[in-house]
Amino acid sequence: MVAVEARHRALGLTDEELEAIVARLGRRPNDLELAMFSVMWSEHCSYKSSRRHLAELPTSGTDVVAGPGENAGVIAIGEGLAVAFKLESHNHPSAVEPYQGAATGVGGILRDIFTMGARPIAVLDALKFGPPADPRTRALVRGVVRGVGGYGNCVGVPTVGGELVFDASYADNPLVNVMAIGLLEERHLTRAAAPGPGNLVVLYGSATGRDGIGGASVLASATFDDASAAKRPSVQVGDPFAEKLLIEASLELIEAGLVEGLQDLGAAGITCAVSETADRAGTGITVDLDAVPRRESDMAPFEVMISESQERMCAIVAPHRLDAVLEICSRWGLPAAVIGQVTADGLVRVVSGGLELAAIPAAALTSDAIVLDRVARPPVRTRLAPAPGAIGAIDRSADGLPERGMDPGAVLLALLGHANLGSRAWVTTQYDATVGADTVAAGEHGAAVLRIRHGRRGLVAATDAQAAVAGHDPWLGAAMAVAECVRNVAVTGARPLGVTNGLNFGDPGDPEAFWRFTESLRGLADACRAFGLPITGGNVSFYNASPAGAILPTVQIGVVGLLDDVARRVSPAFRRADDVIAVVGTASPGLAGSTYADVAGNAPDDGLPDLDLEREAALQRWLQSAARDGLLASAQDISGGGLAVAIAESSMWSGLGARCAVGVGSAPSVDLFGESPGRVVVTADPADRERLDMSAAAHGLPLEIIGEVGGARLVIELVRRGATGAAEERGSGVADAVDLPITDLEHAWRSALPRALGEET
Amino acid sequence: MRVGVVVFPGSNCDRDTLHAATLAGAEAVPLWHERPDLDGADVVVLPGGFAYGDYLRAGVLARFSPIMAAVREHASAGGLVLGICNGFQVLAEAGLVPGALRRNATLRFEHRWVRLTVERTDSPFTRAIPPDHRLRLPIAHGEGSYYLPHDELDVLEARGGVLFRYAAPEGNPNGSARDIAGVVDVGGRVCGLMPHPERASEALLGSDDGMLVLRSIVESVAIAGRAAVVA
Repeated sequence: MVAVEARHRALGLTDEELEAIVARLGRRPNDLELAMFSVMWSEHCSYKSSRRHLAELPTSGTDVVAGPGENAGVIAIGEGLAVAFKLESHNHPSAVEPYQGAATGVGGILRDIFTMGARPIAVLDALKFGPPADPRTRALVRGVVRGVGGYGNCVGVPTVGGELVFDASYADNPLVNVMAIGLLEERHLTRAAAPGPGNLVVLYGSATGRDGIGGASVLASATFDDASAAKRPSVQVGDPFAEKLLIEASLELIEAGLVEGLQDLGAAGITCAVSETADRAGTGITVDLDAVPRRESDMAPFEVMISESQERMCAIVAPHRLDAVLEICSRWGLPAAVIGQVTADGLVRVVSGGLELAAIPAAALTSDAIVLDRVARPPVRTRLAPAPGAIGAIDRSADGLPERGMDPGAVLLALLGHANLGSRAWVTTQYDATVGADTVAAGEHGAAVLRIRHGRRGLVAATDAQAAVAGHDPWLGAAMAVAECVRNVAVTGARPLGVTNGLNFGDPGDPEAFWRFTESLRGLADACRAFGLPITGGNVSFYNASPAGAILPTVQIGVVGLLDDVARRVSPAFRRADDVIAVVGTASPGLAGSTYADVAGNAPDDGLPDLDLEREAALQRWLQSAARDGLLASAQDISGGGLAVAIAESSMWSGLGARCAVGVGSAPSVDLFGESPGRVVVTADPADRERLDMSAAAHGLPLEIIGEVGGARLVIELVRRGATGAAEERGSGVADAVDLPITDLEHAWRSALPRALGEET
Repeated sequence: MRVGVVVFPGSNCDRDTLHAATLAGAEAVPLWHERPDLDGADVVVLPGGFAYGDYLRAGVLARFSPIMAAVREHASAGGLVLGICNGFQVLAEAGLVPGALRRNATLRFEHRWVRLTVERTDSPFTRAIPPDHRLRLPIAHGEGSYYLPHDELDVLEARGGVLFRYAAPEGNPNGSARDIAGVVDVGGRVCGLMPHPERASEALLGSDDGMLVLRSIVESVAIAGRAAVVA
């Protein structure tokens, strides 16, 4: 018995988990069964630590057609169409082998989309790395970016947006989160279920090999250490050409009505596909191991059952439709084989050579998998520890940073030249963003905008995180990420539809790390409730830690919105000279977590900005209404780098300068560079000024005209708050000014990333 | 007027090209690579993508597809053939247009909007383009650096074989010899073009200059059709 005990531990199962397995089976599992349990009960597949907390998230909405639990969330958008979208992480494989890790990350999320019956139309990638000057970071960035592009470009799905953030906490554990979006006719919605005993299980696509054995349990569910390089065989290898064929064949099968259910093979391979589809339909599946097409001849049964070979699909097919299914697979050059049959007994059985090798209730592997009750405990040291000697509350009117002698123009250039804020062109030029001929806006100028099937309507998508804020306060970081992402979509005039997310955290067995997880979920839920948006799916990635510590708690948010008329979308670039520039929303003090703090150093007693969820929701509603009324010539979200960077971007992207006067309090850095949420910069025709005022007021939002568009320079005068009249009358009220030619801004912004990565040419 | 768009396994601009050809006034039909038959198409387009995954070398496997025999026959009979991006690579590998497409000088995949000068507007692929009009089109390729030995480049230029060159302000994105973005064969009926005209089909998408190329082809076939009737 000692040998068996050792085996379950070697597979990553605890003694408690072995007991739970025995309780479900009513006997001890054999080796094959143990291997199947070990991958299905891994954190990656079972969500055993997170499941009960995820149940608290708001997931319902009138247009939600499919929510969490399916391969991707699906929301109806009218005219018989629906949009499928999901975000998923592929962190650990990318750390071990950046090109293949990132490539198969794209492949996996695309399969989740077309498994639902949707044609993938867009990819967004959210990447987090360590310091850009570190040679290892540079190698990871190059590999991951090439991997995302290498896969997405080949399958012909445009990569239209994303995020790239550098922070020391990601040095040994980069994050590769990929979001994919697809379009489908609602009537083609396909479930990953195996109904109808007697139906056949058809495996099509690549043959099964030894790659990715135990990826779910070995890579995704353990903390990184020096032995990680030895885990390289656990990384899957991607074949985007095979994926492209899979997409076309699968959509053809669905459109012809030939499949009863469809499931992609990802983590835990065949074991996961058959147990999940059977459990969803309340059926069982018997797998004939000998029928599985293999890449290698001498594979052990457990290897075949848990291999994570890429580019494979599993279809549930009625016997009379089998020939038609095989014909389509053959036309696309895809090997296909009947590997099993749906049964009524609720069991996943594995047979070979007439012998039964395994028999496990499908539910025991999936819906009835073990659920852990993890301990969450707030860190002992709180984020707002007062400085030694300080008494009482922190004065949040000042940011505590040295202001005297600050040259706001120099700070602005430093921020535009910051690796986290500069132009992403070095990355985005490596991604095909226009394949599909529906891309209206992509890349680095705000949210991505795609036409729907060459028509008038459009989809808007963005992905954001606020990990630096979450490092101080996980609730705020998560809620701010939702707020920013929704704002980025609403600022185009689109109606946000729903939220997907990638939750990236450390070891769930560490009570403080788990507290960060539960706090983040609370922030995510609170924000989505306040905005009336359903969470339609997502992904949890634990064990993002190295011997140096855990990553910042990172809630990556993805939002999709709907535009009734793409031609009327609002863009972030200024549109015309002489338009008035207005700030809508109220700033709050607190620079902790901001890019300014990263550049200028963080004062120990500095606070975080406030987030008013009701105000934020009002802003989202106003943006849609003002866009509908045609009031907005441009609209730009205020986030990274604050107001000054927002104005500078609108200016650079249009080639139009601006002359502004910004009221400042005791801390000009807060007014210019603070990243407090709930604010946008808009421009409007001067003739619309009164309507604009009234419209904002009707939504209870403060609106302040701060200047006008024009010229070839960006001028921001700092005016002591309360002063009125022309600049020369304010006298000593003029603290200082930004006064820079647009070309200087552009130079700083364009050279930021290549310089940081040592890729200047 | 019928445009046939070849679908190789791994083609990924076939749907975009079918759509743009329809916008240009053609009847557009997909042509499956396994059938050596052009379905009565007046013009054949080899679209962009990664035919056969571009494994081994871009375009090198696709040229052995059964349909390529029909394409070759169509070309030798004076039919119009346009290869876009991967289609250009296939035509070059098949020897239907001169030159080879090597890896970009940056050794990276490059997606960006570029400007093209049109070297001559008396070709079936450029006749609808106003004189001196520079085209704004996107590129999206890893292997698009046009190569020919110097003396052959001289010959190509002397016979008017260069139709499009990369131009300022964006300039040459991939290190192509003499900024060449598009060429025609000796007969002037087979054209290879690296940028994507089918993606620049409406101002909303950033440019509608691509329609000038597609409309040129539609016009050319219409004029040839009238000439044939008169003859």
